[in-house]
Amino acid sequence: MSEAGVAKRYPEVWRRRSPRESALGWLWTATIALAAAWSVSALDIEWAFFADAHVQALDLVQRMWPPRWSYLPTIVRPLIETLHIATLGTAIALVLSVPLAFLAARNTTANGLTWAIGRALLVASRSVNTVIWGLVFVAIFGPGPVAGIAAVAARSVGFLAKLMAEAIEEADRGQIEAVQATGASTAQVYLAAVLPQVMPVLIGTTIYRWDINVRESSVLGFVGAGGIGLYLYASINQFAWQQVLVVLTTILVVVLLSEALSAYARARIT
Amino acid sequence: MSAAAYPTVWRPPALFGSRTRQRIAVSCGIAYFVWSIIDLNVDVARMLAGFPRALNMLGRMFPPDFGRWALLLDGMVESLQMALAATLVGALLSVPLGLAAARNLAPKPIYVVARGFIVLGRTLHEVIIAIFCVKLFGFGPVAGLITLGFASAVFLAKMLAEDIENVRLGPVEAIRATGAGFGQMVTYSIVPQVLARTVGMLIYRLDANVRHSTVIGIVGAGGIGQTLSASFSRYDYDFSAAILLSIIALVALGEGFSDWVRRKLR
Repeated sequence: MSEAGVAKRYPEVWRRRSPRESALGWLWTATIALAAAWSVSALDIEWAFFADAHVQALDLVQRMWPPRWSYLPTIVRPLIETLHIATLGTAIALVLSVPLAFLAARNTTANGLTWAIGRALLVASRSVNTVIWGLVFVAIFGPGPVAGIAAVAARSVGFLAKLMAEAIEEADRGQIEAVQATGASTAQVYLAAVLPQVMPVLIGTTIYRWDINVRESSVLGFVGAGGIGLYLYASINQFAWQQVLVVLTTILVVVLLSEALSAYARARIT
Repeated sequence: MSAAAYPTVWRPPALFGSRTRQRIAVSCGIAYFVWSIIDLNVDVARMLAGFPRALNMLGRMFPPDFGRWALLLDGMVESLQMALAATLVGALLSVPLGLAAARNLAPKPIYVVARGFIVLGRTLHEVIIAIFCVKLFGFGPVAGLITLGFASAVFLAKMLAEDIENVRLGPVEAIRATGAGFGQMVTYSIVPQVLARTVGMLIYRLDANVRHSTVIGIVGAGGIGQTLSASFSRYDYDFSAAILLSIIALVALGEGFSDWVRRKLR
């Protein structure tokens, strides 16, 4: 190799990125800028609304203060109902997610078709938001907590099953082979070798999902699926802002408490 | 030492410290569970009546009606735009908020305020925030944009703050030792350490925003949720089915894209 060739390959000045890398970087930046311009321009932003937003906000705050604490006894029952919806929905999701996870994990599913079905169910469950599931189940069961429980369960099944399926796929082969070597049937292998391995993941994600569900079920009432959301929505529609503040505060407290409880329990378990 | 002190049968380790505490925790859990079933007073007859209705509804959902595809497309594009713009707004806002909420960078009072803001912002559901934004900014996608932008900013700031708290201190000290100011220190020692994970989080948030953008329309904040909610209240179930299928397809695509990008980044 000639002297000039070496000098060309090893430049004098250090640069962090090769020309190709920096070109790619600029390309990404340009793409993002274009996407931003497209998305903002097409949203038809009415800037006039921004101009008086702070006035509106101040007005709202003044209407909210002082909170009407006498409303508190009315919303204790719905708050408990909200917690019940989250708990029962999570419980149903837990029961349903175990078989679904085995169906959707590559190493435990029967064949390609069952795997595809399992994956499709996972995606469908996870893609649809809890509140939209709420809309569907209110149409089926009528308004009330049952629709809320079904909605929470429908959304959580996919979440729990997805994480559990990933844990199953990462399960230790050795233990599975050991149980197989004893002549165990497939079901026995799943029960004795796979399930104990994924149990910590299952319990941990279930508790985690429960506290997400408490937060989700606080708004299920907007579509008529029970819980505190109904009272929040009614108070807003009646412009009873002092009640709204009370409801918001209680939701805040309940969600924070459930989050703390869930974090504590998970820290103890895993 | 007697042999009795060493148990001959293996038992799994107890949760919550001791076996008694574990029993108490588990029985409290079961008691609450039973109470919740009794307390809700579920009307079984009405629940059973729901199943034929579910079949009926499924029947009316099939075949999904893609005839009004123009309306559907409008809503989907609006949702997508809301999600994109909100992710960008959130990303921009999350940088100062994340820096302020990092224990090892920010002065104590600023840290406490920023953390408090993040905790409060994460607690309230997007739909609740959306209601207020609709009150403040009127119906339409702007309210949705601000809701999702706020939620993204809080989420990304939390993740960013945690990443910053976990950076290795060596590079930070090295840059400081050269006499660099705060801005230079952040640019040259912290940014390189947190950039990859932050971009990953950003992509994840984009995907989450697509999912959330489909729901905040229910309270009037624009996007496909508004169309979906309207179709449900008109018992237009075949159109609802078409919308639901499109949402599932969009979210699945978004998730696939997000997985792909994050795998590339690793």
